[in-house]
Amino acid sequence: MARVVVNLPAEAKKGEVIEIRTLAGHAMETGFRRTQLGELIPRDIIRSLVCTYNGVEVFRAELHPAVAANPLVTFTTVATESGTLEFRWTGDNGYSASHTASIKVV
Amino acid sequence: MSRETRAMQDDDATGPAVLTLLDGEALWGKLGCTGCHGDAKDSMKGVAARYPALVAGKLVSLEQQVRHRNPALAYESRELLALSAYVARQSKGMPITIAGHTQSLIESGRALFHRKQGQLNLACAQCHDDNWGKKLAGTPIPQAHPTGYPIYRLEWQGMGSLTRRFRNCFTGMRAEPYAHGAPELVELELYLMWRARGMPMDAPAVRP
Repeated sequence: MARVVVNLPAEAKKGEVIEIRTLAGHAMETGFRRTQLGELIPRDIIRSLVCTYNGVEVFRAELHPAVAANPLVTFTTVATESGTLEFRWTGDNGYSASHTASIKVV
Repeated sequence: MSRETRAMQDDDATGPAVLTLLDGEALWGKLGCTGCHGDAKDSMKGVAARYPALVAGKLVSLEQQVRHRNPALAYESRELLALSAYVARQSKGMPITIAGHTQSLIESGRALFHRKQGQLNLACAQCHDDNWGKKLAGTPIPQAHPTGYPIYRLEWQGMGSLTRRFRNCFTGMRAEPYAHGAPELVELELYLMWRARGMPMDAPAVRP
C-alpha cells in the first residue's frame, strides 16, 4: 500500500518561507541484507521525490540505500502564489506514489 | 528516551507511527469492526489501558482481543499491528488500570520475570530491576514499563508488539522464546502492565 502523508500550512503570506514535511510509507530494503539462508534480499527503495509548485519544480531529492524506512523529507519553499503543490515519489519495482495539496497565499 | 526520539513520538502529523494509524483506521472500517463497536474514537477510549484482561475466564492480550473476529490476522502482521495501534491510540494519556480477579496470574507473571533462564542464566529482573538506567550495548536499560505498545522501534525500522520485544529479550539471554500468543507471555505482559499501573498510555510510541 503506497501511503503518503504531506504536512504544509493551508494558508501563508506572500513571500513567506513555508515548511513542507513529507512522509512516505516504504520498507526501503537496502539490497545488502541476506535471509537466514544466505540469499541476498533484492534492493527495493524509493529513488526520488519531486515537488512541483504550480507546475514549476521547487524541490527534488534522490534517495539512496542508506535512507531509513518510511523516509521523512522536510524542505522549505517560498509561498509565491495560491495554487497546488504536487508531490511524486518513484522507486524500484515500479513504485510510484503521488499527492496533491493546495495552498492559499494572501 | 532521547529528546530526538521524544520529538518523533510527539509529532502527530508526520511521526513514523502515523502511517500505521492511518492503516488501522482504514482496516477498522474495512474489516467491519464498526458493525459492533461503531466509531473507535468513542468505543475504544481507555480499552487498551485495561489489557491484558480476563475475557470469558481467559487472560488475553490486546492483540489477541483485537483479532477475536478475525483469527486470520497473523501475529506481528502489518494488519494486526495497525489495528492494535489504532485501538491503543484511543487511550493516549489515560492511566493504566489493571483490575479484576487477576492476582494469581500477576503472580505467575512475576515468577517468570524473576526466573533465571537461558544459557546466560539471566532473569528479566537482573537487568530491568537491578540495573535499569545503565547501558546495555549502548542503549539505556528501561524499567520495563510497557506503556507504548505496539511501538515503532527504530532498530526494527517498523512496528512491533510487546510479544516481539519479549522474544527479542529471550533470544538475547539465549533462552528458548515462547511462541506468539503463548499464555506465559500474556501473564508476563499482565505483570508488567500491573507494575506500570497509573502511568499514562502513550501508544503507539517510538523507541530507539
